[in-house]
Amino acid sequence: MELYLYIALFSPLVGALFAGVFGASPKTLLTGVVNSSLLFASFVSSAVLLGYVLDGHTVHVEMMEWMATGNLYIPFGFVVDQVSVTMMMVVTTVSTIVHIYSIGYMDHDKGFNRFFSYLSAFVFSMMVLVMSDNFAGLFIGWEGVGLCSWLLIGFWYHKEIATWAANEAFIMNRIADLGMLIGIFLVYWNTGTLQYDEAFKVMPTLDTNTLIYIGIFLFVGAMGKSAQFPLHTWLADAMEGPTPVSALIHAATMVTAGVYLVVRANPLYDTIPEMGLFIASLGAFVAMFAASMALVNRDMKRIIAYSTLSQLGYMFVAAGLGAYWVALFHLMAHAFFKALLFLGAGNVMHAMSDELDPFKMGGLRKQMKGTFILMTLASVALAGIFPLAGFFSKDAILEVGFVTNHYVIYSVLLITAGLTAFYSFRLIALIFHGEERYKLFGFHPHEAYKFMLIAMSPLAVLAVIAGSFKTTYFDMVTQILPKTEYHIHSEIVEWVMILGTQIFVMLAIFYAYKKYVNFKGEDKEFEKRLCYKILINQYYIPYMYEEFISKPYRELSTIFWKKVDLKVVDATVDCIANGIYKAGENTREMQDGNLSSMLRWMVVGTVLLLSLAVAFGMAVRYADEISAVLSGLGA
Amino acid sequence: MFEAIAFYLFAILTAVMFYITVTTKQALFALTALAAGMIFISAFFFILGADFLGVVQIIVYTGAVMALYAFGMMFFDTTRELKEKNGSSLITAGLSILSAVFVVLIFVAPIVSTKVQVTAAAIEGATNSQSVGMVLFTKYLVPFELAAVMLLVAMIAGIVLAGKKMDRSLTLMGEEEIMLAEEARRKVLL
Amino acid sequence: MMEIGLTHYLILSTVLFSIGLLGVMRRKNLLMLFFATEILLNAVNVGFAAISHYYNDLTGQMFAFFIIAIAASEVAVGLGLLIVWYKRHGNINLDEMSSMRG
Repeated sequence: MELYLYIALFSPLVGALFAGVFGASPKTLLTGVVNSSLLFASFVSSAVLLGYVLDGHTVHVEMMEWMATGNLYIPFGFVVDQVSVTMMMVVTTVSTIVHIYSIGYMDHDKGFNRFFSYLSAFVFSMMVLVMSDNFAGLFIGWEGVGLCSWLLIGFWYHKEIATWAANEAFIMNRIADLGMLIGIFLVYWNTGTLQYDEAFKVMPTLDTNTLIYIGIFLFVGAMGKSAQFPLHTWLADAMEGPTPVSALIHAATMVTAGVYLVVRANPLYDTIPEMGLFIASLGAFVAMFAASMALVNRDMKRIIAYSTLSQLGYMFVAAGLGAYWVALFHLMAHAFFKALLFLGAGNVMHAMSDELDPFKMGGLRKQMKGTFILMTLASVALAGIFPLAGFFSKDAILEVGFVTNHYVIYSVLLITAGLTAFYSFRLIALIFHGEERYKLFGFHPHEAYKFMLIAMSPLAVLAVIAGSFKTTYFDMVTQILPKTEYHIHSEIVEWVMILGTQIFVMLAIFYAYKKYVNFKGEDKEFEKRLCYKILINQYYIPYMYEEFISKPYRELSTIFWKKVDLKVVDATVDCIANGIYKAGENTREMQDGNLSSMLRWMVVGTVLLLSLAVAFGMAVRYADEISAVLSGLGA
Repeated sequence: MFEAIAFYLFAILTAVMFYITVTTKQALFALTALAAGMIFISAFFFILGADFLGVVQIIVYTGAVMALYAFGMMFFDTTRELKEKNGSSLITAGLSILSAVFVVLIFVAPIVSTKVQVTAAAIEGATNSQSVGMVLFTKYLVPFELAAVMLLVAMIAGIVLAGKKMDRSLTLMGEEEIMLAEEARRKVLL
Repeated sequence: MMEIGLTHYLILSTVLFSIGLLGVMRRKNLLMLFFATEILLNAVNVGFAAISHYYNDLTGQMFAFFIIAIAASEVAVGLGLLIVWYKRHGNINLDEMSSMRG
């Protein structure tokens, strides 16, 4: 089984290096094919491991020693257990599909090989992140995915906005990673180890305050990666990257790393329910907050990005309330339909020559039948209609909120479910139904390559049937996660809840259709309203960050540059340099090339050395007296 | 009493001779004064009972070294007055006196402070030359032989340096000159 | 004053050494410079012989011998070099030897 583990882990790395070799050369189809097949190998190995884990085994290997100094011992250890194998399956499935899809999507791009190199490197980092058996390895993977995310968001580096978005994402994650690093240090100080199992064994014996600090700092890291409020702005801007990147990194895998961390650290968060409640509340808030911003947005990819944000909020609600398996299940289901949605959006973008405004589309279902079906399926799954994947996972989260008596969170999530349905179908209606507005703008849409659609179809299948795995999945994961089943005691209440949710969501869908199917043009009246302005400007949060953080920071930096750096630091350095320079200038006359004066200087040097020798000889001989005098001075 | 008179007499004579050597403008004067100083120095050796050393001093310095210098002087045509530009003699004098004082301080300090161990005592009842010979051919045999080799090397070096063809320097000659010289050499060989 | 001790000889040695050093610094003619170095060596020799006498140890004299040997070699090689220099440049003045000037 170790062999499969290594294949699953390292074949993406091999792919990254292979494509990297051709990084600077023009497009070769070879890199795409080789990388996709390597990813497929990784997927197959993960599937084999999944079968093995389903039989009740786990694999734990220690590849090599990494650091061993004193009490610190950190190996390159990898573990395949019920949690990590779930993540591995999600990562390898989605990334294999995205790789194949990218062969078509990046067809005309100059950086084809470079793209595949980055993409495979990302998958490798993500695998390290989920498979590591200690916090240090997790952190390496964490930084690795951050780096690859930066590379890929800024993939079209000639676009200034893309580089700006890449830097924003990277810097925001850096702020969060500092918190995460502090959390890891705290874990090490208090437990003396970074291995998950050993550290979590010690944790119940620690006092609550320490645990809360560890919990807070680790969660800060999770907030950055999973783009939770107030570090959420980078995710929407990250949509500047190529769409397959958005599908893989900013929907399916990397942004869920935060959820994975909380799930992984479940023994820790179980001991501090206050923190859990905070996580759940924040999750619920973000779910609604992000969904509201998606309502009015006019950028197809941003809408889906806000939807991702909102779904991440759902996951944190489940994780915060102790339903870790539910969080992980929603993570998995969400990865499938969200990646599908993004890839569909990519098709639309290609068809519309990179146009992102759904107001300029409409009626595309005639030209793009396949994409239309796939995206509709994904949206239905996202909205949580029975019997698609979203229904099972999202309904479970709602139940969790209800059963644990957190009615506020429950109602917030319920409303958000309606909002989700609304904005998803607003998008579908605007893109695929109604008049063919794109003709006014002179677009000539065409369907994507067939193999791209075929590559997407497994995701569609998974988005439809993922719900049926729920029981198997539950049996598997609860071997290491808390086995909390959520059942509403009275059957009638349960039916009412499920049906009520379904009807509410249906209504939202119909309302969206009714409003946007016969969309004529922009509603000028509506756009003048305050609530629209707030939502379209993302609650003015990016503006406030700019005004209250970036600008003061910049001014402070200018002050430090002008006052401290130039006048203190630079001046000191210059002073030393000038002193040495002047000393050289003044003493160069000694080197006048005249042998006689050299002889004279030689004698001067001899005298100096001799006097030093005499002084030291004296000092040694009268050492006792000198020290007596010195101590007398001191006293 | 006699020793004291001899010491002071020769001390003054030596110092004056050497002073003339380093200050005079006539090269011939300097040479003569130096030779005289050397002979006076040997007087100290005789007073100190180092007869053999005194003889060596007279033979080597006054005999060989001075003769060499005399030849050198004839060669360099330095019999006319020397033209030298001198810097501040006060500084030079001060420096030389200072360094000499320091040297003495350093070498005398351990002698005065600690008991010196005699490593090669003079043999009872033997003359100076006999005991010098005993020590030189036992304890200092290797340095003595090395000194002999060094003298041989120096002799050969002197002969080679002063010989013919040494007036040309390949480093100072241009590329063409070297080629010409090389060709001339080849012609001679043929 | 009348009893001559080691100190007297050492002071004499110092005086001779300073005279030699004065010569080294003052002289510009290379041959004269050689004379000055001979004075330095002789000054040291006097010191060695005196110490040898007053401590009844022949080591001092041994060193004096070796110094004389070194002085002789120095004269042989040095004069050879001087001759070469004189053949090439026609003078042996220190101030003219400035090929080391940077």
